[in-house]
Amino acid sequence: MKWRVLLVGLTVLFLSLFLLVPLAAILVEALRKGAGAYVRALLDPDAMVAIRLTLLCASIAVVASVIFGICAAWAVTRFRFPGKSLLLTFIDLPFAVSPVVAGLLMVLVFGGQGWLGPLHLGVLFATPGIILATIFVSFPFVARELIPLMQEQGTEEEEAALLLGASGWQTFVRITLPKIKWGLLYGVILANARAMGEFGAVSVVSGHIRGRTNTIPLHVEILYNEYNFVAAFAVASLLALLALATLGAKALLEWKLRRDAEAAQREAGA
Amino acid sequence: MLSLVAAGMAGCGSGRADVGTTLRNVSYDPTREFYQAFNRVFSEYWVGRGKGAVEVEQSHGGSGKQARSVIDGLETDVVTLALAYDIDAIAERAKLLPKDWQRRLPHNSCPYTSTIVFLVRQGNPKGIRGWNDLTRGGVQVITANPKTGGGARWNYLAAWGYALGESGGREAAAEEFVRALYLNVPVLDSGARGATTTFVQRGLGDVLLCWENEAYLARREFATEQLEMVSPAVSIQAEPPVALVDVRAEQRGNRAAAQAYLEYLYTTGGQTLARQHFFRPSVEPGESFAAMKLFTVEELEGGWAAAHQKHFRDNAIFDRIYRPGRSGG
Repeated sequence: MKWRVLLVGLTVLFLSLFLLVPLAAILVEALRKGAGAYVRALLDPDAMVAIRLTLLCASIAVVASVIFGICAAWAVTRFRFPGKSLLLTFIDLPFAVSPVVAGLLMVLVFGGQGWLGPLHLGVLFATPGIILATIFVSFPFVARELIPLMQEQGTEEEEAALLLGASGWQTFVRITLPKIKWGLLYGVILANARAMGEFGAVSVVSGHIRGRTNTIPLHVEILYNEYNFVAAFAVASLLALLALATLGAKALLEWKLRRDAEAAQREAGA
Repeated sequence: MLSLVAAGMAGCGSGRADVGTTLRNVSYDPTREFYQAFNRVFSEYWVGRGKGAVEVEQSHGGSGKQARSVIDGLETDVVTLALAYDIDAIAERAKLLPKDWQRRLPHNSCPYTSTIVFLVRQGNPKGIRGWNDLTRGGVQVITANPKTGGGARWNYLAAWGYALGESGGREAAAEEFVRALYLNVPVLDSGARGATTTFVQRGLGDVLLCWENEAYLARREFATEQLEMVSPAVSIQAEPPVALVDVRAEQRGNRAAAQAYLEYLYTTGGQTLARQHFFRPSVEPGESFAAMKLFTVEELEGGWAAAHQKHFRDNAIFDRIYRPGRSGG
């Protein structure tokens, strides 16, 4: 009993210190000059561009990570081929490589002095570069979520469907997808959170052009450097709220998953 | 998720209402407020001349990093950086403007200048009056890394030039002086704004070496923090130049507007704004700034190329005198 109180107390204390207090501080700072200043900071044209750009990059990155994640998970769990463990290692690369390095790699490839520089593709310091950088940092999440899930589920049901004459696509849509949908959604949520909050890689390839190539995190930095703290914290609070919404969605999903599992167990028991 | 995609797509490309001309100005950190005001005034002037609407996009960051981005392909009509060396790099490596760019506009292409001063805490508790006070034991000096920050290079050269003058031109003495000074630096930020925030926001250090305009600005923005400015008797004339990026401006069809933009900096309108933002106007100096004895980098080292070779190149003097993590030891 004593131990329980102590441990729970410690956890709550830790979370308050490192999460709740800073979160509250952001909101307090953001509202220091009243709700009017808060709303003005969010409706500022440059902020709106940053919000749009962040949403655009995150949505494209999420779609990319879903397509890539399903392909990779399918390949890894349903086929045997040489170099499989190497492939798995590569999927983890964006976790291991610092995002700044990822950004610099893109400069080396697409930069004016880079390999593809003479082609003038207009990738770097423009929206395509920011999208590519965002995809790079967020693509492994869906694959990482699906691979263990699909490994655990095994291939029997798919094999049965194929034996009964279903096409590959039918098997995927009717058998595989319903089985992995919650894991998939979980991966999407994580990838989305990462994509929206990315700073390092995007900072290197953005060029920081106000009202054009600034994402929300970059816009927060600019405002902070301009001593415009109220606006900086207002925009930061938006990012924090997006993160909270993501966490809420995640909690809801976990609850739903647990309920499904319990229902399945009851069915099996009955 | 789908609605998210839709929202993103709807926003794609339609960032702003269409305007006639869109100029781009890649600049360094402490000019943010100045160019925000200047762009408005220039836009009015341009419309007044019947040339149609003009919008100026700004990009700010450490001067060296900004030059690097322009070399790597960040498209811009003009650059307004912290030191000529960074624009030289663009001319040499990317060949986007002629090498003699600095002779194309008056006053060495510097429509405004500044100098390096000290910012101290209220009441100047450590009694800092001049450069010698910065090498005393127990005085913590905040400055950025001169290998990455433009303003920080001016800081370093100001200290070097002062010590050289004091010792009658003995470089060994100057090296000893800057060594002692950087021993008092607890942390090197990468850029001028970072150093200012370290000093003002985080409350680290006793004295901040910074641009004069940045010192005025910090005092205005943080009135409650109670900062005092100390102008040393001798310092460096910091010359942040401006230049047309010929190749890019022509590609973008903006040459005439970009040239007019830079020339407008030299008019009474531009000079007045510069003074209001605490830069020393080159054409119309006026008397609003402290009288200090200022030397130029030209007089000191014969130009930036030589100064870089001698001080900031790998294994040059700065690398010899500063070892990270060993300060104060």
